[in-house]
Amino acid sequence: MAPVDKSKVPWWVSNLIVPLVNLTLALLVSGLFIFIAGENPYEAVRLIIYGSFGYIEGFAYTLYYTTNFVFTGLAFAVAFHCRLFNIGGEGQAYIGGLGVFLVAINFSFLPVPIVWLLSIAGAVVFGAAWAFIPAYLQATRGSHVVITTIMFNFIAASLMVFLLVDVIRDTAQMGPHTVALPKEQWFPSFKDFAGLFGIKIRYSPLNISFLLAITASVFVWFLVWKTRWGYEMRAVGHNTQAAIYAGISPYKNIIIAMCISGGLAGLLGVNEILGVHHKIVAGFPAGYGFTGIAVALMGRNHPIGIFPAAFLFGILYQGGSEVTFDMPNITRYMFVAVQGVIILFSGALENLFRPQIESFFVNRLNIKASA
Amino acid sequence: MEFLSDIASLINSTLRISTPLVFAAMAGIFAERSGVIDFSLEGKMLMAAFVAAVGSYFLGNPWLGLLLAIIACVSLSMLHGFASVTYKGDQVVSCVAINILIIGLTTALAAAWFGQAGLTPTLNEDQRFLEVNLPFAESLRDVPIIGTIYSDILSGHYIFVYLAYLSVPLVFWVVFKTSFGLRLRAVGENPSAVDTAGINVFAMRYKALAINGVLIAFAGAHLSTAVNANFFREMSAGRGYLALAAMIFGKWHPKTALVACLLFGFTDALQIRLQGVELPAIGEIPVQLIQAIPYVLTVVLLAGFVGKAIAPNAIGQPYIKER
Repeated sequence: MAPVDKSKVPWWVSNLIVPLVNLTLALLVSGLFIFIAGENPYEAVRLIIYGSFGYIEGFAYTLYYTTNFVFTGLAFAVAFHCRLFNIGGEGQAYIGGLGVFLVAINFSFLPVPIVWLLSIAGAVVFGAAWAFIPAYLQATRGSHVVITTIMFNFIAASLMVFLLVDVIRDTAQMGPHTVALPKEQWFPSFKDFAGLFGIKIRYSPLNISFLLAITASVFVWFLVWKTRWGYEMRAVGHNTQAAIYAGISPYKNIIIAMCISGGLAGLLGVNEILGVHHKIVAGFPAGYGFTGIAVALMGRNHPIGIFPAAFLFGILYQGGSEVTFDMPNITRYMFVAVQGVIILFSGALENLFRPQIESFFVNRLNIKASA
Repeated sequence: MEFLSDIASLINSTLRISTPLVFAAMAGIFAERSGVIDFSLEGKMLMAAFVAAVGSYFLGNPWLGLLLAIIACVSLSMLHGFASVTYKGDQVVSCVAINILIIGLTTALAAAWFGQAGLTPTLNEDQRFLEVNLPFAESLRDVPIIGTIYSDILSGHYIFVYLAYLSVPLVFWVVFKTSFGLRLRAVGENPSAVDTAGINVFAMRYKALAINGVLIAFAGAHLSTAVNANFFREMSAGRGYLALAAMIFGKWHPKTALVACLLFGFTDALQIRLQGVELPAIGEIPVQLIQAIPYVLTVVLLAGFVGKAIAPNAIGQPYIKER
């Protein structure tokens, strides 16, 4: 099929219709998996919608997951604009959480809002530091970040378990976790806000980190599209040779892009530690880092796309836990598989129907214009 | 003698532990020499482990399990080819998708079918591969040196161990001594020149991916139907990435990749040995840190202390035929 002139394709076709078609395909394949596992896909969809929208606690959970996915989705997207595949969000988030905890516990003599700001900075610095080594090796030695960041995930997991078992463990308790932070440092949760309006809810992990996620999205949009550095970084990602010719250093941009990416992933630690657990729990990133890849690819690596994509994954996660509750044959790993399918259709196979859809709409519009 | 038998058992475990890495590195050489990045070795290995264990459990024969694993891995390779060769999608994204899909799907299906948190049922002796004792291994055991080498190091491995080391010269021969190999390498270096010579670039890449699928299936079957007697969640544990690092460190060459795989295998064997051991001057190293050694080594090797690795020229780029 002859490719259509890109400039004639309306924005809503390439940025709305095509991703929706790909998502639909992915969900159809996922339904097949649920069928293979011996459950009814239609019933699963009903449970997902009920679980994520049906009651206020469920909806709050959806937004809590959304918060995490915004952070890790933005993290992947920033690096991706420089053509770097940072699949180490998981490890960077883990280490970022360490930063949050260490800052909060050591500066507890300071006023709480200052501790919060410092902790957020701690998350960013620790996450960025964990991304720095793979970035440096990519920039100087060409060591592919996909392998090095994956290795850094394994290393982070080992390191954190070591720290949680041997160094910073709460010795009064059995499990591998630290002591809890002082209560006044805990982020206000949705439960507290709802209480102000007289709405009683049992428990909610949703907290003011949600606002941080919105701030981070605006920050990324500004940084990548409105600053000179963002332009340079995208130039390196688009065509490294041309960028070098224009006097842009790929070395510098690779390192900065990866560090910002790692810092954004580190913010996951803010939500999980200041907002939810109030201490470091072994394995708290729980796969959110990997989900960020799917979120970013679905959202076409733009904050405006990432936010709804993160929300969609929030629905899948929260609704998914409702499904695992009611359907004994479905475990949360089924939704890991669903992520894989979504990455496949909205990332690798995004050209599957794009030419057909685009030329269909361009032809339709042409007919309308000539009529 | 104590020392000697320690060394022998260390070499023995090195050979065993390196086996899936060798298969995976050889599989990676075929894909990457043809110009297709293959980070999905990890996912395919996991898929093979799952399919081999489940197939063998239901069919009662490990060879049938292996056959199904080969079919599954070749299908995944074809999927990778479909996305990244035919539809010119991003090769790395396609690999990441396959890896995440397989981590989820294998564990989810194991839980759905067998109800044990991502485990498949334990295979009995008929359903798995057993150690192969080489002829005369028992009678030669007492002969000094030769006995140790033959009976303690070379004999008594699973069939896959022997196949893995046999595959290395075979891969070398195919890639460097046959016309197929010449075309394979040319497709990865300069696809348009190959196209001009009348060779179908897409067909070559698909063939390379098919061989890749067959080889990686052996790695997975080794994990779940030989060294272990069942599949468990994420049992490939990063070996696909380790093998890829070994291949890059070995500069996309079977012989040097083998050396790198053995180095990984040795480190891992040593790592298992070191757990709980009091070292002089250092004391006991915490087990979590010891377990991280192979991963740290991967990063160190990738950073390339022997010069920059030069990948096949056309790697990662979809071939677009001129009209």
